Amino acid sequence: MEKSAYEERSRYQQMVTARTPKPKYAKNIALAYLVGGAICTLAQAVFNAFSGMSLTKLEVSAATLATIIALGAVVTGLGVYDCLAERGGMGAAVPISGFSNTITAAAMDFKREGYLLGMGAKMFVIAGPVIVYGLVGGFVVTLIRLAFAGISG
Amino acid sequence: MAQKRMGAQTIVFGKPPKIIASATLAGPKERDGNFGDYIDTIVDEPMMQEATAEKAERKMLYQVIQESLAKTALQESDINYYIGGDLLNQIISSSYCARDLGIPFIGIYGACSSMVEGLGLGAVMVDGDFADNVLIATSSHYHASERQFRYPIELNIQHKQTSQWTVSGAAAGILTHQGEGPKITHITFGKVVDLGVKQPDLLGAAMAPAASDTLCQHFADTNTTPGDYDLILTGDLGSMGQQLFVDLVKEAGYTLGTKHKDTGADFYKPHQRAGAGGSGCACIALGIMGYVIKEMYQGKYHKILALATGALFSPLSYQQGDSISGIAHGVVIDNT
Repeated sequence: MEKSAYEERSRYQQMVTARTPKPKYAKNIALAYLVGGAICTLAQAVFNAFSGMSLTKLEVSAATLATIIALGAVVTGLGVYDCLAERGGMGAAVPISGFSNTITAAAMDFKREGYLLGMGAKMFVIAGPVIVYGLVGGFVVTLIRLAFAGISG
Repeated sequence: MAQKRMGAQTIVFGKPPKIIASATLAGPKERDGNFGDYIDTIVDEPMMQEATAEKAERKMLYQVIQESLAKTALQESDINYYIGGDLLNQIISSSYCARDLGIPFIGIYGACSSMVEGLGLGAVMVDGDFADNVLIATSSHYHASERQFRYPIELNIQHKQTSQWTVSGAAAGILTHQGEGPKITHITFGKVVDLGVKQPDLLGAAMAPAASDTLCQHFADTNTTPGDYDLILTGDLGSMGQQLFVDLVKEAGYTLGTKHKDTGADFYKPHQRAGAGGSGCACIALGIMGYVIKEMYQGKYHKILALATGALFSPLSYQQGDSISGIAHGVVIDNT
């Protein structure tokens, strides 16, 4: 690229930056806290309910996760989860119900292209990277642990 | 130089074609916006009782074309050419609609600038005596565009303040010499301009340089100034894009002031959570075929310049790191 075109581009980039509205951080953080907090409080209530049953600690965690995942999917199916996220942002995206939403939303969307090449193939189009890099991360961390503590550690 | 050319990029029509009929159709969110009163037909259900958003969009398009024909004495067989485009891959809304119409079809893609691109091409055909009657129609649909360009509808994302909301609707116009209606006197086809904006949620910023480029070229070609028009209507720059556009035009020496309106920025009301405003092929199409034409008949506007903007990119190109190019076409509509 010739120099003047490059200069024109970087000058315009500055204009764009100057005109980009600042996100409303205080409002966004407050809403994320409220929405995320509400989801976590609900999960805690579910956790407490399962704790009252004769389950091991691991089983209580698993049952709580499964319940919140199922709830996330149902609320997505009812068309409410995206409205929750529109206001709550990361407060709705980070809990496991948000992860459930990414899969359900994609499944609903691509169902129209058929169960095989649509839903089946594209269900993990958003969640896929989280799973892939979650697994890769887990593998690397385990390798490091093995290197220091050995198999028995 | 060819007789009907003016300056570097502008065509001036010898026998200006008239828009003898126009029709507009949109959904409930559009009805509740600022242009709601200018839309002929409101559909309560944006999915149009169809199984998919893509089918809903083409149904909207088909219906608006029928409504535009119904306002004239013309039959489908009287239309020589149907020029149209939309945002969906391979312009499926327009081509499937053309299949059902049986009118010779010229498919175009200018993203959200398609309506003015079509009006320009149609006017060239009518003025040049290559056609008696030409139909121009474009459409867009929020659900269909979201799926193609962004994310699944129900996904947990927060729209940014700068991102825009695709207008669900369609508009059509019929160009001919016979009958009465506002005239198309000039068309300035624009260059593709790219100043390196890469974020797909800053489409207004990506298109503003193209809009400014075409506008200044139009003023130079036709030896006019903003004072010669009652309204300069840009397409879908949105609230942020229109500020950049005004800044760029000012640097080039033109002050637009209250003459300028942006269809996208004005489309929805602030409480409608539409980010920086409306966008899509239906945005300026509803602006021209609804707002402008109706206000011309009311006598509010006599001569306007509509500057439709389009962002030329695909999800593939921005994921590969390419910047987003913009284009703008300007058309002069005169009812004096």
